[in-house]
Amino acid sequence: MKALSDFKVVNHSVPRGDGVAKVTGSAIYTSDMTVEHMAWAKLLRSPFARAKILSIDTSAAQNEPGVIAVLTGNDLQGLSPYYGHGVKDHPLIAIGEVRFVGEPVAAVIADSELIAQEALSKIVVDYEERDPILDVDTSLAPGAPLVHEANYAGGSFRGFDDFPGASGNVCQAVHVEWGDVDAAFASAAHISEGEFYFPMIYAYAMEPYVAIADYDAKGKLTVYSSAQHPFMVRHDLAKVFGLPVNAVRVVVPYIGGGYGSKSYTKIEPLVAACSWKAGRPVKLQLSVEEAFLTTRSDDARVRMRTAVDAEGHIVARQATVHLNTGAYAENSPMVCRKAANRIIGPYRIPNVKIDCLAVYTNTVPASSYRGLGAAQVTFPGESEIDELSEMCGIDSVQFRLNNLAECRESIHPGMRPIDADIPGDVRKAASMLHIEKPLPAGHGRAVCCSASDAGAHPVTLAMVQIYADGSVSVLSGSTEIGQGSHTVLTQIAAEEMGVPLEKVRLVGSDTAVTLFERSTGASRTTTLMGRAVLEACREAIAQCKVMAVDVLGVSADTFVEERGGIRCGEKYLTWAQILEKYFKMEGCSILGRAYLRKAGDLDLIPVFWEIGVVGVEIALDEETGRISLDTLVTIGDVGLAIHPAMTEGQDLGAATMGLGIGLFEEMIYDGQQLMNGTMLEYRVPRFSDLAPHIEMQLVQNRDGVGPYGAKGGGEGAVNPISPCIANALHQITGVRIKRLPLTPERVWKALQEKKPGTAANKHDRA
Amino acid sequence: MKIAFELNGKPATLEIDPRETLAEVLRTRCRMTGVKISCEAQVCGSCTVLVDGHPVSACTYLAYEARGKRVTTIEGLADESGRLHPLQRAFLDNFAFQCGFCTPGMILAAKALLDDNPNATEAEIIAHMNGNLCRCTGYLPILKAIRQAATEMRGEK
Repeated sequence: MKALSDFKVVNHSVPRGDGVAKVTGSAIYTSDMTVEHMAWAKLLRSPFARAKILSIDTSAAQNEPGVIAVLTGNDLQGLSPYYGHGVKDHPLIAIGEVRFVGEPVAAVIADSELIAQEALSKIVVDYEERDPILDVDTSLAPGAPLVHEANYAGGSFRGFDDFPGASGNVCQAVHVEWGDVDAAFASAAHISEGEFYFPMIYAYAMEPYVAIADYDAKGKLTVYSSAQHPFMVRHDLAKVFGLPVNAVRVVVPYIGGGYGSKSYTKIEPLVAACSWKAGRPVKLQLSVEEAFLTTRSDDARVRMRTAVDAEGHIVARQATVHLNTGAYAENSPMVCRKAANRIIGPYRIPNVKIDCLAVYTNTVPASSYRGLGAAQVTFPGESEIDELSEMCGIDSVQFRLNNLAECRESIHPGMRPIDADIPGDVRKAASMLHIEKPLPAGHGRAVCCSASDAGAHPVTLAMVQIYADGSVSVLSGSTEIGQGSHTVLTQIAAEEMGVPLEKVRLVGSDTAVTLFERSTGASRTTTLMGRAVLEACREAIAQCKVMAVDVLGVSADTFVEERGGIRCGEKYLTWAQILEKYFKMEGCSILGRAYLRKAGDLDLIPVFWEIGVVGVEIALDEETGRISLDTLVTIGDVGLAIHPAMTEGQDLGAATMGLGIGLFEEMIYDGQQLMNGTMLEYRVPRFSDLAPHIEMQLVQNRDGVGPYGAKGGGEGAVNPISPCIANALHQITGVRIKRLPLTPERVWKALQEKKPGTAANKHDRA
Repeated sequence: MKIAFELNGKPATLEIDPRETLAEVLRTRCRMTGVKISCEAQVCGSCTVLVDGHPVSACTYLAYEARGKRVTTIEGLADESGRLHPLQRAFLDNFAFQCGFCTPGMILAAKALLDDNPNATEAEIIAHMNGNLCRCTGYLPILKAIRQAATEMRGEK
């Protein structure tokens, strides 16, 4: 294996390929784009959570000057209007009924955004309101009305083997079990038990959802979109419009934030249908308020109990997880599967029984959010770990070390063994946090961890083009959402081809140009696309060597590979020179390619384990209940950091999102109405929330299946932050809060209830 | 109606609708798409531009109000030869962005501060920048970039 010091480009914090464009304002996002003859769409949204649509009168809107067309669910003849990669339950616009406040009911397509907006008020919709199902308990109650009356087909890209749907309002049910949980609890020394709640979270990608669609007269559909997964969008569009895959082109320019919220198909089928109806290219730019009504995270109620033996070894965990999935499945079946897998954390637990249900309700559809189900279950999991360590009288870090899986240990039957040094990571975090030092008054410290089966389903194809002038292009279907993948992929190509980084260009993301990449998410791009790019370079080099035999008129055993080319005695030829001599024509290029699939060393799922290890020191103002972060430490156990600075950037960014979940963020419903769906009322972390002391460390044991032993990062640090804060709060006050976020009001109330003389010494507060 | 103002050092005369915001006019008429629109409520700061050197949220500032004033967008920050402003270079050096959507507003807000007070303390930087949200970076790289640029702008580099 190449030594770290031998890397010329990889493992260096090189300038970002998109850097100058992003600091000069010349980076073009979909929201900045226009195309010739483009019209604009605006949406009329449902004011009811559950209602029949009796009639829609669009005639007055249609007659407004400048209005080109109005699209409703009555106009979709000839299309297959239900889409969904997991469950095909989502109509591209409401058909006959609405299932949440904010669901699109009609679209006006007009010459300008303003005309479209004003014409919306001329549309008359006659609804018959029904009692909405707003929470999981109502949805699961016997005899509850159904959010979806039809039985939908499973989508083609579910990505896991669980049977779609269950019955009634259960969108997905996942059961995980091994060992004998009942026997283990019966003989346990201590049991921690509780009910936890993780709220609905809005990702707030700063660029709201936007797409431009052009369905042309020849039946070719081109879509520009802020989508993370262009190939998934292409698949859904091809199915909706009955087109061959090669008639649908999805182009993704720079994306203004994703964090999972731009995974899979969002507004693209609707915008494409607008173009199909209007006969013009159409742009739909949602506002942030509309983005709140498009996707959120699954909120989760977790009833959990965890048991230890007298020596402090975890012997069992049992949990029932109810995810509130909202009106449509989106990616919640996968969130359900992953939450069920990830709830055991990085611990060896011999007896496990998990039931996880994703449940339909008449609320905004839930889907992917950074961490994909892990944040929801790490909060209860790591809270109970601390409770158990206290019951056992063992220091909480030591308690974790006693129970954490070692590298190469298998904790999930049938899955890839752990490919990380988690005990080492936890020791590092504790040491960086100076956990043994005396605490100032009102301060608390904690270290928490998580392990996620990451990487999603490994199907990743890549091409590299090697030019005779020494330049190289990487053709990748993964998307640049800010994580820096376009830079990392060019670094790998520069390293392999032995050319300066400036000579490498990334081409993408455009489904008409690049090969298939399943998705950009689950922290997979460096591991899978990075490895595909590396292998494509090696394949191109193999071709160059065959050409060298021809060019030099010698046999292959007379030359050796030397960075950037071959050496044959005194003679050195670069790959470009070999191509030049072989073709004897300027401008020639060859193609190297790699097709990764679930086979060989990628057969075992997960592709890699994504580890989250963080530590915090918090300060509590007991008078107001306000928590602030004094110190944050993160460990990025990433195998090898292709770009160390950007890798640390992922850890800090993820931890900061975790801080938002821990302290501020929650979408609040009052009845059927979302009450805080604007950035005036939805509080995300700001500059002033920055911890005064931040330390990040990367662990590079080269233990992943990615290029040079790399593994993904980017989601890990989001998961353990909220329990870390909750555990530190418990250390200060003895109060255990089992509901996020830990707002000043919630903390203050819990402190008052604990005070002597108040109603009860009630530690557990819902 | 017609308005005239100075845009990135050059005179601009435009026919506008009185209800149009400065952000709309800059993005659609002047193709200054570095002005990013996000929250539309003066919370996020992504649409920040400088009007007579002061940071304003262009998403809620009427274009009409800019008449006769000096407007600076991110496109106007590099000098004539294309040499980047110290803040732009510092953002690159510190990887102070990921998706980049907040970046133009961040850089302009920081410029307003450092032009006014190149000796701004860390607390002053944080207080001034609190109206600019970033969802990717966790802020620390941005803070480091602003400190680096301040050093350079004070001529201490």
